[in-house]
Formats: sequence, structure tokens, C-alpha cells
Amino acid sequence: MRAKQRLLRGLCAAAGLMLATSSLHAAGQYGPGVTDTEIKIGNTNPYSGPASSYGINGKVHAAYFAMINERGGINGRKINYITRDDSYSPPKTVELVRQMVEQDQVFLLFATLGTPPNMAIHGYLNDNKVPQLFVATGADQWNDPKHFPWTMMWLPSYGIESRIYANYILKNLPNAKIAVLYQNDDYGKDYLNGLRAGLGDKAAKMIVATQSYETTDPTIDSQVVALQASGADVLLTAAIPKFAAQTVRKVYDIGWKPTHFLNSVGNSVGTVMKPAGLEKGVGTISATYIMDPTDPQWQDTPEYKEWLAFMNNHGLSANVTDVQAAIGYSYAQTLVEVLKMCGDNLTRENVMKQAASLHNLRLPLLLPGITLSTSADDFDPIKQMQLQKFDGTTWKLFGEVLSGS
Amino acid sequence: MHQLLQQIFSGLAAGAIYASLALALVMIYRATNLVNFAQGEMAMFSTYIAWTLVNAGLPFWGAFLITLAVSFLGGMAIERIVIRPVENAPILAAVVVTIGLLLIFNSLAGWIYSYTLQEFPSPFPDRPLFGALMTTRDIGVIAVTLVVLAVLFCFFRFTTTGLAMRAAAQNPESARLCGIHVGRMLAIGWGLAAAIGAVAGIMVAPALFLDPNMMSGVLLYAFTGALIGGITSPVGAVIGGLIVGVTENLVGTYLIASQLKFTVALILIILVLLFRPNGLFGTAIVRRV
Repeated sequence: MRAKQRLLRGLCAAAGLMLATSSLHAAGQYGPGVTDTEIKIGNTNPYSGPASSYGINGKVHAAYFAMINERGGINGRKINYITRDDSYSPPKTVELVRQMVEQDQVFLLFATLGTPPNMAIHGYLNDNKVPQLFVATGADQWNDPKHFPWTMMWLPSYGIESRIYANYILKNLPNAKIAVLYQNDDYGKDYLNGLRAGLGDKAAKMIVATQSYETTDPTIDSQVVALQASGADVLLTAAIPKFAAQTVRKVYDIGWKPTHFLNSVGNSVGTVMKPAGLEKGVGTISATYIMDPTDPQWQDTPEYKEWLAFMNNHGLSANVTDVQAAIGYSYAQTLVEVLKMCGDNLTRENVMKQAASLHNLRLPLLLPGITLSTSADDFDPIKQMQLQKFDGTTWKLFGEVLSGS
Repeated sequence: MHQLLQQIFSGLAAGAIYASLALALVMIYRATNLVNFAQGEMAMFSTYIAWTLVNAGLPFWGAFLITLAVSFLGGMAIERIVIRPVENAPILAAVVVTIGLLLIFNSLAGWIYSYTLQEFPSPFPDRPLFGALMTTRDIGVIAVTLVVLAVLFCFFRFTTTGLAMRAAAQNPESARLCGIHVGRMLAIGWGLAAAIGAVAGIMVAPALFLDPNMMSGVLLYAFTGALIGGITSPVGAVIGGLIVGVTENLVGTYLIASQLKFTVALILIILVLLFRPNGLFGTAIVRRV
């Protein structure tokens, strides 16, 4: 009897001790780069080099995290945002990311920008089980949780966008002869392949010409001329801002009047349509998921005003017409939301788990009706877009929110 | 047929862009016997100066002239400060210095003016010509290139400074013995090249849009143009630039895929170096010892 009691007491004590230690452990469930007061986040952005117009993303993240920190951080922890310039050059990205993971000991990589730079660190981060969260590229391949459980995308994938165009063409322009101008890399080819997939067995007949360009080409005039000569009456352009602007202008200058679908990567009013000449882009169609800051219909909304005040308060007034600044803002908000969801369990495993359980998350600058959802086997949060037409000053939304999956 | 014409005219428009920068390359080579890899980036930086002036409210041609003057002085300053110290070092040292300048100007422009694409005003009206084969803007660029060419040609052919400059570049020792101030000639050469580059930048910016990487793609084509023409001949540089522009379009459209357009320029360089190292119009530089 007495022996039994003693055993029981011993067991209780042991259980108590275990409970105590486990609860002690729970208070400090931290991965690398996290302490009671700080979460270290790593990022690469092209602040110089050919894709540097996207560098505004990193600047907006930094400003947004600074604002969160001023307001007391996330559950008392401040974000220490380390963002470095990789010039959109993959070897540089690898070097910087290794440095951030091994020396700076960042908790996770956030919104690293560009398809080739992300390709270069994809394997490394997954091998080392470091989250590569919300990559700033829309390539289709990022949504592959089975093989790459540590990589998650954010943007609607290029393929989804291209399929939305394909669906629109099939429905409204069934006899279209389609020409495609694309950047000669994975990003451009995703659009081409997405279009082919969306058109299905009609693709071979409908796509009459394709031309590609290299980012080192000074102009794409020759490609546009060749596409016009194919007799196409629909043009899909998958190009970054500089070449998108040149295309809009050249198509107009040579008197070609196709139904022009312009990819969301290069449809900013400030950096594409305005340099091209506003009147030259009238009628161009594009797809979007985010409120364009130049669209007057948003400018009275509290969401826009809050964003504008944020931009002006953080020395970013020069970029208030750039849709990329609205995108960077939404990226940062998504990360803050996920880190909040993690509570005090800030391990790399948990951050991936929380990121994979977004359920209709609404962000202020996303178009009405568009939300973020993820699951264990779907790592592409945004799958809806809406078509819009350029009227000479701004993009005008039309039709309903479309799903491209 | 229409496409062929359009490709040729697009090629001429692009060729004029290459030619304008090729002229600056020829200028610096004639004046200093040096290939300046930073020529494109210096031109881009000058264009930003013009852009700042235009945005500050100056009339276009006023901004143009001020930019030319500033670029001329800037070019001379660069020669004095960073090129002169390596004057007597092997040629490779000077080449490395120009590559360093390339990186410095590119980053400096990005730092000061940001990498956002900027529109640059064109002094020429924007109207289609010849059934939309070209725009008046393209014609303007070609015309300005030809004016620069004429000025350069006369400068080297008919002025004593031009002659002195050629002498200083080809044989500094003898030139010095003849009483030519070699250092000053080199500085003026850099200044003039920078000013010609500024003209090139200001002319191409409305077409390519202004950003710190505006000239990086153009430079290689300009080199090809200058080499085809023979790196010493201004006339050759312009013709070479136009040849590159048209060849690139025609070969890219009819013979190979457009993915290989850039390769065409590289192949042209190799062919010229192999079979006609002095280019179409260049003269072999003969040195008496």
C-alpha cells in the first residue's frame, strides 16, 4: 500500500516536472533568428541592375515593418528586416542568402524577388528547411508543396493569369489569331504555356506567331514588326516594364490595332503606360488583383488613404503612382498576419504551417472579392483576378472576378 | 514586302542609336587610343543631368547645351583624376579603370535618380512617316547623328587641335617634342567624347526610356558598329552602326530566331576582327619607331 502510494507520488511529481518543463519550453519555442524581443527576417531585392524598378517592393516592406515596430511590434517582438541588393543576379542572391541564413541567422526569407534569383536559392533553402515565404515571382513552379514544402508563393501565378486571358479570348474572340511576345526565360514561357493550356486543343490553330526578347536587347521594335506581319489580331505581351512600354508604343506607331493583352508584371500606369504615351495604350486589356493607386475609384476609400499616408510618412511620396508599392505593402501585411497567427510558437515548422492555413484572408488593397487561401497542398494564395481596360488615364475594371485555376 | 521594309526601317532607327554612341567610342579612341567601356554609362549619366534641367523648367535646347558643357568638363575631370594616374601603366590597367567607371556611374545614377523608368521629352514631333515605317522622331535622331558626324569629321580634318590630338594619341613622345601639350589633348579628347556621348544619350532616351541601364544593351551594339566601320573612322562608325541595326533585324527575323539577335552582334565582331581588323573605313595605325 505504502509502496504503491510512494510510486503514485513519484509519478505525479515526474508528470508535474514534465508539465513544468514542457510549458517552460512552450514560452520559448523559437527557431533561429527569434528571441523574446526580435524576429530576424531576410530578403533580397534588385535595388540596382536591370530589374531595379521592382526594388520599391523592398523599400516598402522595410517602411511597413518600421511602422509595425513603432507600434510595438508583433506580440512584443520587433521585426529586424535585413534586405540586400542582389541586382537580380542569381549568383549574388545565393551568396547573400547563404550569408543571411548562416551568419545573420535569419528566421526566414521573405519575398525574395525575381524568378531566376529564387530558382538559385530554392534547393538550398529547402535542403536546410528555411522558409522561403511568399516569393515575389509568379512562376508556376513555386506552388509545389510536395517537393518543396519550404517555399510558398503569393502572387497569382503567371499561368493562372494567362489562363484567364485564354478563357476570355475563347468566349469573346473565338476566331482570334493570337501573337505572343514574351521574355525569353521561365517567366515569359509560363505565360506562353499558360495561354496554350487555357486554349486547349485550339492553341495550335489560334496562336499564329510568337517572338521573344532578351533583357539585353535595346529595343523590341523588330519583334513587334514581325508579329504584326503574321496577321494576328490579338497580342499577348509578357514583358517587364521597360519592354512593355516599348511594345505599347511600337504597336501604336506602326498602326497595328490588335486586342492587346498586357501582363500584370508590366501594366503600371506610372512606369509603363505613361512613358509609352498614355493615348497609345487606350484599349489595352490586363488583369489585376490589387487596387491600382492611380485609379480614381479607390482614391476616396479609407484603405487607399491609409496607404497614401503610410507612403508619405515614410519618404516614399515619389512612388505613390506605382502599383508595385501597393503590392509590397500587401506582401508585408501578409507576413505580419502569419507571424501574428504563430503566437509564441515561432519555429520554422510552425510558420510554414500557419502560412499554409490561410482562410479567405482579406488585405486592404486587394480588389473587392479577392482573398488569400492556402492549404497543405496549395501554396498559391491568390487565384483570382479581374480584367481591366486602359482608358487613357487609368485602368477600368470590367466583368467579374475570375478564377484561373 | 511591307514587313521587309518595316524591319529595314526599324533597323535604321535602332542603327542610328548605335551609331550615335559609336561616334563617342571613335572619338575617345582617336584621341587617346583607348576603348572606354564606361562611355555608355557616362552618356546615361549626362542624360540624367539633362532630364533634371528639363524638369527644373529649362527649355529643351537650353538644357541640351548646358548638359553638353557639363559633360565636356566632367569628361576632362575624369581624365585628370582617374585616367592620368594609369597613363603609363599597361593598357589593361586603363581598361579596368573604365570598367570601374562603368559600375560607378551605373550605381551612382541609381542611387541619385532611382531605377524607376522615366520618360524623356523628345525635341522632335512624334508623327508617323512613310506609311508608319518610321516616325519623325527616328528621322530626328538620324539627322542629329549626321550633324555630329560632320562636326567630328571637320574637327579632325581641318582644325589644328584635331591634328594635334591625333598626333598626341598616336605618338605622344614625338608630339611632345613638336610642342604639343599631350596632357591637354588627352583631356580635351575625353571631354569631347563625353559631350558626344551626352548627345547620344539625349537622342536615344525618348526611344529607350531613361533608366540607369538604358545604355548597357546599346554599348555592345555600338562597339560592333564602331568596329565594323574601323574604330578610327567617324563615317565608318555611323555606317557600321546602321549596318548592325539592319543586319540584326533581318537576320533575327528571316534567318534565325529573335532569341539569337544579340549573338548576331557578337558574331559580327568576331568576323570583322578575323577578316578585316581595320574595319570598312579604318586605317591601320602605323607607328614609326
